[in-house]
Amino acid sequence: MNQNNTTIKFENVTKVYHLGGIDIPVLRGVSCEIKKGEHVAIMGPSGSGKTTMLNIIGCLDRVTSGKYFLEGKDISTLDDDALSEIRSRKIGFIFQSYNLIPQLTVLENIEMPLFYQQVDEAKTREKAIELAQMVGLGDRIRHRPSELSGGQQQRVAIARALMNDPVLILADEPTGNLDSVSGREIMKLLCQLNQQGTTLIVVTHDPNVAKYSSRTLKMLDGKISNED
Amino acid sequence: MKINFIHLIRIVRHGWKNIWLHKLRSLLTVLGIVFGVASVIAMLAIGEGASYEARKMIESLGSNNIIIKSIKLPADAKSQQPSFLGVYGLTDRDLRKLETIPSVVRIIPAWEMEEDVWYYDKNISARIIGTLPEYKDVMNLSIKTGRYFDENDLEKGIPVAVIGSTVRTSLFPAQDPIGKTIKIRSSYFTIIGIAGEKVFAGASESFVAEDMNIAVYIPMTTTKMFFGEYEVKRTTGGIRSWERNWVQYHRFVIQVSETDKILTTASLVSDLLSQTHKKQDYQIIVPLELLRQAERTKRIFNIVLGSIAAISLIVGGIGIMNIMLAIVTERTREIGIRRAVGAKKRDIINQFLTESVILSASGGFIGILLGIIIPKAVTKFAGMMTLITPWSILLSFSISVAVGIGFGLYPARKAANLDPIQALRYE
Repeated sequence: MNQNNTTIKFENVTKVYHLGGIDIPVLRGVSCEIKKGEHVAIMGPSGSGKTTMLNIIGCLDRVTSGKYFLEGKDISTLDDDALSEIRSRKIGFIFQSYNLIPQLTVLENIEMPLFYQQVDEAKTREKAIELAQMVGLGDRIRHRPSELSGGQQQRVAIARALMNDPVLILADEPTGNLDSVSGREIMKLLCQLNQQGTTLIVVTHDPNVAKYSSRTLKMLDGKISNED
Repeated sequence: MKINFIHLIRIVRHGWKNIWLHKLRSLLTVLGIVFGVASVIAMLAIGEGASYEARKMIESLGSNNIIIKSIKLPADAKSQQPSFLGVYGLTDRDLRKLETIPSVVRIIPAWEMEEDVWYYDKNISARIIGTLPEYKDVMNLSIKTGRYFDENDLEKGIPVAVIGSTVRTSLFPAQDPIGKTIKIRSSYFTIIGIAGEKVFAGASESFVAEDMNIAVYIPMTTTKMFFGEYEVKRTTGGIRSWERNWVQYHRFVIQVSETDKILTTASLVSDLLSQTHKKQDYQIIVPLELLRQAERTKRIFNIVLGSIAAISLIVGGIGIMNIMLAIVTERTREIGIRRAVGAKKRDIINQFLTESVILSASGGFIGILLGIIIPKAVTKFAGMMTLITPWSILLSFSISVAVGIGFGLYPARKAANLDPIQALRYE
């Protein structure tokens, strides 16, 4: 029963990077739970480990010790291919710098996650157009990212993140490169998705962004220092 | 590999798009492969053409034959005198002696001279060959129209002639030559047949074979009757510079019973002839040996060519690898993005490997087109025969694809092994 509405569970997770022969501990024993459909903001100063935590949640990185359960499944021991598979099926990423592929069109960028699921081309296209319309870019699908404004690019990234119907959307400073108006629009869009049931985790150091969330995890020196 | 065909097509399409995006760079990248493949095909075509001609020519001498030619030795001072009569070459005595060799099936002698052949006002300098009816068989002559002369013609010394194809086209461009009369010196001959065309390579005249297409064949008896056994040649110099030589036969064609016995027979022939000929006024030609020699030469040629091709394809491959490594660096961030949205390492490998194979394969394709055009141009402008072999196209194309895989694998692996987090941060 517990597993059904807990999306993420960290049990004493640590992460240590080896840089030039020196061990740098980034996470020093993080334990937390995030429930299904929650909107959580992770805040903290630079170097507090919030991005690393997001990467681990997003299966881009692995824990050094401790356990990470995603939808009740222990994924701290999975191999690279299995992690890729989880990213492909369950997770949508949104980055500060949008991270669109410059030589592809808006539509092709949105389609990309389903390419790796080897979904039928026509179905993929249909869904991508639908999502482009949803984020308000139905008339820009043939454009390249460089022809769009920052806010528009971030909306393309959101559409891409939704392509695989993720259970989890992870946003790393989603408004960091945007002016306040576009930032608000993006946050509204994300909240809208959250209200439709997708778990949303936003890493930010902007309190204005954090205030949209239902809960904020404050991090300091690789630990959760405060929770409210 | 768990890739279905439709997905593979999509990967290839995406790869092609990326390559097309940088047309000039891609073209420059594959240039090495283009020239490698083109030169392999073109050089093989030229080599194959030359050796085909050589083989045909040697075969036209008959691979089961040994041919002995009389050779006029360099003239000494005496021969410059007007009354001097030189004697050289093969004789009846030689013929009878050589016939005693058990492996010899038959010996067909021939008497030859260079002479103008006339039909009204047209003329051509031809090789007049007086011989026996069997000459046709041992030399594998085909008769296009009419017939060759037979025993009856020979016995009665009838003035009939069989002409080669070049003689036909220059004397009778529009008429049927059969039954017409041609003039050689002051004698007239009736044409009874036309020989089929024989391959002759103008470029490789150093070979022993002669152009059989400018020959006029007449019965031996007729020849002796009309022209005797003297050859008369005008030498360079004054009015009275005539050279007269007595030659009984210019050529023996010896047919040997089995191919295996050709070499031993040839050495026997050499021994027997050297007993009676003080000077070596003859030349023994063994077509089979020449054929083998030609094949050996061709094999060496192919090995040399193969190494050159291998080097140029490796160089081409390094060019591709170099650019692929640059592309991987250039697109590090893209790799990170693709990994983040769910691409496995294998997907990244497939993507970059596909691009390098597309590069090398299209280089191979352009190379094939060039490799087909170049030999055609060589044939057109240099008049050399070329022969494009399908296997050379197939081979060089598969090698270029293999180069794409071989030299694309390292960059592709490098791309796949990038840490997604580092790649996403890459500026």
